[in-house]
Amino acid sequence: MTRLAHTDQAQQPLSTGSEWTFELIQRYYDEIARIAADFGLDTYPNQLEIISAEQMMDAYASVGMPVMYHHWSYGKHFLATQKHYQRGAMGLAYEIVINSNPCIAYLMEENTMTMQALVIAHAAFGHNSFFKGNYLFRTWTEADAIIDYLVFAKHYIAECEARHGEDKVEELLDSCHALMNYGVDRYKRPQKLSLAQERARLAEREEYQQSQVNTLWRTIPRLMEEREQAQQTPRFPDEPQENLLYFIEKFAPLLEPWQRELVRIVRKIAQYFYPQRQTQVMNEGWATFWHYTLMNRLYDEGLLTDAAMFEFLHSHTNVIAQPGVDSPYFNGINPYALGFAMYRDIQRICTEPTDEDRQWFPQLAGSDWRQALDFAMRNFKDESFIAQYLSPKLIRDFHLFAILDDDQNARLKVSAIHDDAGYADIRRKLAEQYNLAAREPNIQVYEVNTRTDRALTLRHYQYQRRPLANSVHEVLKHVARLWGFTVKLESVDEEGRVILTYDCKVEKRHGQ
Amino acid sequence: MFHLIDRRLNGKNKSAVNRERFLKRFKGQIKEAVTRAVKDRSITDIERGEKVSIPVKDINEPTFGHAQGGVWERVFPGNKEYLKGDEFERPQSGGGGGGSGGAGDGGEGQDDFVFELTREEFLNFFFDDLELPNLIKTQLQQTTTFKPMRAGFTSDGTPTNIHVLRSLRGALGRRIALSATPLDDLNAAQEQLDELLETCDEHDPAVLALMTEIREHKARLAHIPWIDPFDLRYSNRVRVPNPTTQAVMFCVMDVSGSMDETKKDIAKRFFILLYLFLERAYEKIEVVFVRHHTQAFEVNEDEFFHARDTGGTVVSSALKLVKKIILERYPSNDWNIYVAQASDGDNWDSDSPACRELLANDILPLLQYYAYVEITEGEPQNLWYEYERVAAQHRHFTMRRIREAGEIWPVFRDLFKKAGLGERSAA
Repeated sequence: MTRLAHTDQAQQPLSTGSEWTFELIQRYYDEIARIAADFGLDTYPNQLEIISAEQMMDAYASVGMPVMYHHWSYGKHFLATQKHYQRGAMGLAYEIVINSNPCIAYLMEENTMTMQALVIAHAAFGHNSFFKGNYLFRTWTEADAIIDYLVFAKHYIAECEARHGEDKVEELLDSCHALMNYGVDRYKRPQKLSLAQERARLAEREEYQQSQVNTLWRTIPRLMEEREQAQQTPRFPDEPQENLLYFIEKFAPLLEPWQRELVRIVRKIAQYFYPQRQTQVMNEGWATFWHYTLMNRLYDEGLLTDAAMFEFLHSHTNVIAQPGVDSPYFNGINPYALGFAMYRDIQRICTEPTDEDRQWFPQLAGSDWRQALDFAMRNFKDESFIAQYLSPKLIRDFHLFAILDDDQNARLKVSAIHDDAGYADIRRKLAEQYNLAAREPNIQVYEVNTRTDRALTLRHYQYQRRPLANSVHEVLKHVARLWGFTVKLESVDEEGRVILTYDCKVEKRHGQ
Repeated sequence: MFHLIDRRLNGKNKSAVNRERFLKRFKGQIKEAVTRAVKDRSITDIERGEKVSIPVKDINEPTFGHAQGGVWERVFPGNKEYLKGDEFERPQSGGGGGGSGGAGDGGEGQDDFVFELTREEFLNFFFDDLELPNLIKTQLQQTTTFKPMRAGFTSDGTPTNIHVLRSLRGALGRRIALSATPLDDLNAAQEQLDELLETCDEHDPAVLALMTEIREHKARLAHIPWIDPFDLRYSNRVRVPNPTTQAVMFCVMDVSGSMDETKKDIAKRFFILLYLFLERAYEKIEVVFVRHHTQAFEVNEDEFFHARDTGGTVVSSALKLVKKIILERYPSNDWNIYVAQASDGDNWDSDSPACRELLANDILPLLQYYAYVEITEGEPQNLWYEYERVAAQHRHFTMRRIREAGEIWPVFRDLFKKAGLGERSAA
């Protein structure tokens, strides 16, 4: 009802020029917040920060976080960003938004007022509500604690650098970073602590961990009976472990307490970013859908000028452009384009279903689109989202087709296209493409030789006969540095046979 | 429910530490790049940043990944012509075709990682190679030196700068100006009173009125302050760039066949260092390049380092040419003259005594400083012994034997040690 009242009175646009002021941002924010509430978006409180382009580059370089420990790799990113930006090869991202409570979004001072409004709608309402609602983020990240934790991590690492030397810390962090993608518990939910608790538990944990490790690795000669028992000692670990960093943190024989804490810090941060890697399409699509919807509503209410609307549409169409595979600009599937199209499609199926939609999505067709969208946002990740919601119409619109590349065949084969026979196939294959487990090699801790040479054996379970990239040799060196003893990696084919073995021997123990 | 924070005033150099760490980690590669850059640059053009490139494979952070091979089935947008079951050749090197996922980095792996060093960073790496002590590095990196100079007087400043004479003179002037009117009035009243007293009694009301008036005028005069903050004058000092003069630097190099590229490179670094040092001390520097074998020529920088000659060596030819150029173009009362000579020590035997004569009698009196570096690993030859005799007599002649770039520094330590030369830049 209130909406009608708004449209009836021809409203004054909020602003006409392109300059922004603090008052204007406030007014735009209030209007966008009103409309978002109207649509029922549930968000964390917002904190908008005006920053300069240089600060944006800084933020970029430290994986977008406002606080981060020091490491050369962030310097590398910074130099790369700076170079591209100064050459004009790349514009800076319009926005960086941080999954924290309050949700921090950056507004760049160079942006026009329209772009600021776009960023507010996209980040402060789109991403923000996604962070708060999606089950992966709810499970894996603790928005209230992350900034505190990063502050703790930064101080702790700086302390370690002061005490043990920058080089030692850097070496260790390099090794941990190499395993960052293997530092996540996929099935156990970790518990998070506040800064104060974290500190308080630190000392306790160090002591306890060290004592555990000592028991496992004790070298005092055992009694005869015990030795006989040892013959039947069950394998350690008794089940393969997927969280390499966790395993190293708990059981690496030679690490000192502070080193274990560093491994833990990297592992925690990896865990924080884990949901983002699995919800790219969903997250960006959701934010894009909402900036589009909110900005259009602003325009319908007469709060945006035609000029501002054109400027907005110009950026929006750039963001959701999807070049075809034969275009020189093709660079994979654009998550913004796919995600945006899918949410719009769900909306369409709810409000104007066709017969085809009724057949494919009987429960969606004709339902309330707000609820349907909210459900989709909350309960899926990219893989399952696509498997559930990619409609035949979208497959046709995108002209999706699948190519089978089997190294045992000389030629590539088109295995499915956008036709009746192919819809289900394409949908399954595209979903598979977003499955993290298929994208990254599946590598787990298989066995530790606790009795003789303490060698660590990792296993790579091959998927579709895909081999490991050459970087494996370098990464194994990092694992060996953390483990302190010889590390082996066995590639196992789908029948469970070991087909390839890599190893990295540690001959001499340094620092001993 | 919403905060708007202006962070623009927060520091923007959050990444400075990380950047420094990066440079530290790849010091080796960056040094190489700097060395290459020094070879390509002109002596007078050493002070700017540099683009440095490092092979990407060196700075990669490795992670487990898939390589091409096995079975990949990928979904692409934008199908135009294909039907299910179509087959076609595998595109070369994975571009656009299948398997681009795992090998994502592989396609771009050949490029170098390129970034810019700032001027300071570049100089740091350059100096680092020469093993300069830190103190000297900072001196060489200073942009300008200032010297405070008197610049008249101002009406405000610190008490220590009060200029007493000026202040009192001002006070006097003000007192004269302010007291003129009351004094006139007082004198007039006094005269009137004197006149009146001749005719009247001193208790006459008119007399009493006049006396009151006189008291008032006197009080007015007494109220004029002897000195007022308004009178204070302070000596004014401004910082002006160090008065600099002009210098000319002669680069003299033996280019006979025995000087190879390495030796020339060491010589070039030596010349660059001298140039950088002179640049701190002098506003205007001209560089004259003289190369010689049996004959000497004045050449431009490019020819100086890159042209190649063969033949014997007659050092005195170069010295004669230097002398001629000095006399013709650089009168020594207008110019500070520096000569840097690099050679591998070969000289035609009977020429060496002539060189000594020429140096000691004709050239050294005109110069600020003469530096001779001998880049060789062999035994010193007769030129070295003759020069030793010169060095014994002249304090502003130094000579060194150098085998590699790191040894250039001692020559400069001598240069800075000399009072009167280092002074300016150290000020």
